[in-house]
Amino acid sequence: MYAQMVKSTGQGVKPREEMSEEERHFQDRVDAGEKIEPKDWMPEGYRKTLIRQIAQHAHSEVVGQLPEGNWITRAPTLERKAILLAKVQDEAGHGLYLYCAAETLGVSRDDLTEALLSGKMKYSSIFNYPTLNWADIGAVGWLVDGAAIMNQVPLQRTSFGPYSRAMIRICKEESFHQRQGYDIMMKMAQGTPEQKRMAQEAINRFWYPSLMMFGPSDKDSVHSAQSMAWKIKINTNDELRQKFVDQTVPQAEYLGLTVPDPDLKWNEETGHYDFSEPDWAEFYEVLKGNGPCNTERLEARRKAWEDGAWVRDGLMAHAEKRAARTAAQ
Amino acid sequence: MDEALFEFCLRMGDNTLVLGHRVSEWCGHAPVLEEDIALANTALDLIGQTQFWLGLAGEVEGKGRDADALAFRRDAWDFRSVLLVEQPNGDFGQTIMRQFLFDAWQSIILDRLKGSSDDRVKAIAEKASKEVAYHFERSRDTVVGLGDGTAESHARMQAALDKLYPYVGELFGADATDREIAERGIAPLPADLREAYDALIAEAMVEATLTLPDSRWTHTGGRDGSRHSEHLGHLLTEMQWLQRAYPDARW
Amino acid sequence: MSKEWPLWEVFIRGQHGMSHRHVGSLHAPDAEMAIKNARDVYTRRNEGVSIWVVEARHIAASSPSEKGPLYEPSESKVYRHPTFFDIPDEAGHM
Repeated sequence: MYAQMVKSTGQGVKPREEMSEEERHFQDRVDAGEKIEPKDWMPEGYRKTLIRQIAQHAHSEVVGQLPEGNWITRAPTLERKAILLAKVQDEAGHGLYLYCAAETLGVSRDDLTEALLSGKMKYSSIFNYPTLNWADIGAVGWLVDGAAIMNQVPLQRTSFGPYSRAMIRICKEESFHQRQGYDIMMKMAQGTPEQKRMAQEAINRFWYPSLMMFGPSDKDSVHSAQSMAWKIKINTNDELRQKFVDQTVPQAEYLGLTVPDPDLKWNEETGHYDFSEPDWAEFYEVLKGNGPCNTERLEARRKAWEDGAWVRDGLMAHAEKRAARTAAQ
Repeated sequence: MDEALFEFCLRMGDNTLVLGHRVSEWCGHAPVLEEDIALANTALDLIGQTQFWLGLAGEVEGKGRDADALAFRRDAWDFRSVLLVEQPNGDFGQTIMRQFLFDAWQSIILDRLKGSSDDRVKAIAEKASKEVAYHFERSRDTVVGLGDGTAESHARMQAALDKLYPYVGELFGADATDREIAERGIAPLPADLREAYDALIAEAMVEATLTLPDSRWTHTGGRDGSRHSEHLGHLLTEMQWLQRAYPDARW
Repeated sequence: MSKEWPLWEVFIRGQHGMSHRHVGSLHAPDAEMAIKNARDVYTRRNEGVSIWVVEARHIAASSPSEKGPLYEPSESKVYRHPTFFDIPDEAGHM
């Protein structure tokens, strides 16, 4: 779930009687489960919200390469190195698919990149946290990808065709990501005392940031209702967060790790775990740019973009020269 | 123990290990997403080849060391990588030039190794040569594109070539190990590959509008371990840290 | 800002002899690099044996308003489907 706090129209759901005929027809198609395709008529708010949401998702995949990439050169075995590299490469691929989906709505990837680098567009708060030991790579796969999958699986049914198709491809490819993370955690949790300590520290540091990935509580989430009516958001933030906690706690128990929440307990009545909310003040600070790694992440992306300009220009210039030579023959 | 074959496998595997490591450093930092993904594919192939070569080296040695033990528990003096692959990434131009210069050599030697007298060497070459044929095609296209591209990209590629070409000759060195391996039909004598290599490189440089340095003088010391670059020690410090800090751990 | 690499649509034919199928898009400076990028981006899991690329701006597409006229007429031609015809079991497999 890489899209948090995506600005929608800023208003609630438009009542049917205020809709134009086109809007009513559009809403009927969405309600009937039809896919909206790029050339179809769509409300301006739908288009804009989708661009923001898909781009934020794409930016998150690309920035998300960095915390895991941080350990590729220190992976402890050749196989772990290959698995991690393949996984981080997938994130780049997923960013690419998503940018392409956004491009069908009439924006260019370069424009979206500039918007990310200028700070105009956001990426998920989770990638502003550091990966400090090898178990963090396990925790990112297990918790962060676990949270992401929870949101991405329903998004395969989203109303916008290109977004839905990108999500289907992404979900198919991501199926190994969470498993590889848990596999690392199992090795660590069953390993030496130092490895166990790494594993516990990793869950201590990644538990609450993972809960934040689902975005603020429904009661504070101003943009959800319209997005849900348009089926570009399928479940509420709190629904998904609860589902994540319910799924993850037994997995932590199996590892013999302690979830860093003293108030966590099974509630017989609701059939769910009760748990503590993350520190939302911290969440908003991270979004504002004050997380532990915001500066480094954006700097790394900016450097890649700026250092790469001569490469992109050089290959383009060569392609144009060659086309001109062929045309002249 | 078959010292010569062990040494030969280390030379093949340490090259791919060190270069795979270098290329993997790009992950998340490449000029464009498509290139990020392509570089990762190259690095993945090289890591995979390392598992085969060092796996075979361990088997030949017969002391119970597997590919991981050889990769993560040897000190720099026991490495047999050429100085070319130890060179830092530099800008993208240096990375892709280093790749091109290595791919050209690797594509030729792997092709010859498909006729090796050792079936295990032959099997690795069969698989790796397909991967490397693609690496070469891709790095060649990119070198040509950037050499011919803009004034800036041309200047950067010429600088990369000038910097890296003095490391090329080491690939064709010949010592007692090379001669024994060649006599046994396991691999060709490195020097015998030079002509084919020069032809491949020269042809690409014409298309890339780049000028090969006149001097054939070469740095040496990597492939026999007598004098590695300072870079290798730092690379290994990073790569081997977890294995060395926690020698009892399983990962 | 410099010129962005053009967008290409990628079509891949898989192992099983099916037609080329649209799998997604990517950016590349020219057709050759587009094919190479497609190989790296879209066949990471052994998906394909043949790749087509076409620059996105060269694709002509039907417009949504023609959807009715283009596709609905075929809906009434039910006789094009084998299930339209009842063949007695006694006649055997057909």
